[in-house]
Amino acid sequence: MRHRKANKIHNIRLGRKFCWLVLAVLAVIALYPVFFLLAGSFMGNDELSSCLGPVISGNKGYVDFPLLPLFPTLRHYVEVFLDTPEFFVMFWNSVKITFGVLVGQFAVGTMAAWGFAKYKFPGKRVFFLLYMILMLMPFQVLMLSDYLVLDWMKLTDNLWGIILPGVFSTFPVFIMYRFFTEIPDSLLESAKLDGAREWQLFCYLALPIGSSGVISSMVLGFLEYWSLIEQPMTFLKDKSLFPLSIFLPDITAISQSGVAFVASVVTFLPALLVFLGGQDYLEQGIMAGAVKE
Amino acid sequence: MGWRKKRAPRKFYGRQNAQAGQKTPAAAGKKGIKRYCGLLWVMPSFLGVLLFYLLPYGDVVRRSFLGAVDNRFVGLENYRTVFGNTAFWLAVKNTLCFTAVCIPVLILLALGCAAILFRSRYGGLIKSAFLMPMALPAVSVALMWRLLFHSQGLLNQWLTHLGIVGSDWMNTGQAFWVLVFSYIWKNLGYDIVLWMAGLAGISEHIYEAARVDGAGEWQCFVKITLPNLKPSLYTITVLSFLNSFKVFRESYLVAGDYPHESIYMMQHLFNNWFRGYSFDKMAAAAVLESIVLLLLILMLQKAWDKKGDGIRYAP
Repeated sequence: MRHRKANKIHNIRLGRKFCWLVLAVLAVIALYPVFFLLAGSFMGNDELSSCLGPVISGNKGYVDFPLLPLFPTLRHYVEVFLDTPEFFVMFWNSVKITFGVLVGQFAVGTMAAWGFAKYKFPGKRVFFLLYMILMLMPFQVLMLSDYLVLDWMKLTDNLWGIILPGVFSTFPVFIMYRFFTEIPDSLLESAKLDGAREWQLFCYLALPIGSSGVISSMVLGFLEYWSLIEQPMTFLKDKSLFPLSIFLPDITAISQSGVAFVASVVTFLPALLVFLGGQDYLEQGIMAGAVKE
Repeated sequence: MGWRKKRAPRKFYGRQNAQAGQKTPAAAGKKGIKRYCGLLWVMPSFLGVLLFYLLPYGDVVRRSFLGAVDNRFVGLENYRTVFGNTAFWLAVKNTLCFTAVCIPVLILLALGCAAILFRSRYGGLIKSAFLMPMALPAVSVALMWRLLFHSQGLLNQWLTHLGIVGSDWMNTGQAFWVLVFSYIWKNLGYDIVLWMAGLAGISEHIYEAARVDGAGEWQCFVKITLPNLKPSLYTITVLSFLNSFKVFRESYLVAGDYPHESIYMMQHLFNNWFRGYSFDKMAAAAVLESIVLLLLILMLQKAWDKKGDGIRYAP
């Protein structure tokens, strides 16, 4: 009996180890593109062309890519930062779009979330259902309506045409709503008894206490709008308005492949910083979409 | 139980008002305004939603019944055109196939990972690794995919080391599986976090009681964990479904407007119609798709409500 039990425990341990091995392999797969891009961005033209030869110039054989560059160089970084002024324009456009949307969502979305979380008003169910349905509709469904309204407002080919619909996206309202409902009613009641006005409740209680909700939705929003593809691709024609997120140099041309690597690393860096700094908030934001009160 | 909590403070106020003798019509009027106080908070956002989403959507519904050229009322003609369109059916078929394959795989894989990572010491570190793809912009991913899945690319090189003959991933039916892979790669961390939230909601006492009764680890998982995670399943399904539309980004950036026909999705179709100014077809297809999605959402909503712990509207 004891022997069997020991055997069983041994089996469980072995199983556990195997699970962890599988997980570790998956994690490496998840992370590999990051290392890949970093390695590529530090390679010189010669190394790139020898590594990527088959794809670039149709040589025989396969692409072979070392984990680390053999002859690391900052040449392509210099090229992107010093010799490619349009890169800065695109970077700046991305910044404008992302921060425009986030500031707007903060201004408008927090108030709406607060209204939904702590007030009763006629028709609230309908409003909330409407917000939820809109949150769940993909871009393709809203694409034509988006275009019609932007065309009517003469905002196509204008960064505001990307920013404004993003500001009124209902997703952040939903996330922040979840955090605001957790603020205890008793706290609000006692503040009211002390003579606090409605806007004071919002500014001095809701925002500080629900700040993790606000930050969560901002982190999620940043990652979303920093790599926005569909909207700028559809509504922007003027190349000087393109954000970084739709800048894809031709990797298969040797003159461009180095720049392509550096550009994607530089595009990734702000998102990485936000991710590393806000991972807890990111997770909270993801959970806010799912955990029910 | 719910109503008692809500009623209690109101009673308290009533008594206070009666004591102070302030139950006047003026107070009642003030209460009337107060009823709409919450609406004031929602208004700025709602006006924007109305302007940017609801009214234009109404216009789309109207246009779906009008001809493209002369704006004449054509009845259901546009819908008939859409239903007769082969590209439309290809996109529908691919989108359905894609959803049917990748969502169950993603959800199960994420559940497995979450169950292992939960309450383990290095769980946080590995979870971060899985979340990282969320931060990687689609352009960077596309760059990588182009080199990885090229017919002479990295993946095929690795495969030859293993003695397997690779294929031209993006230009054959394999493209579908590349897309499934990239969806799972991108969303695994997201779903793991969702599952872990569900796992955290299960009380430890249940497990302790079961262990005292001699339940093994596997039994605990099947008999306690799975049933308790059922309510989370609905939300996770909806969110995974939502994210599945975003796979278009990588697919477009890697393969362009007209990819291999196995990955021609709804978004490709809409894009191509948009570029050809076929707004009549777009309008009809958008209305159709929104109706299908709406029905799906309402069905899931009903399933939530039946569980008794669905999304509550009133706080």
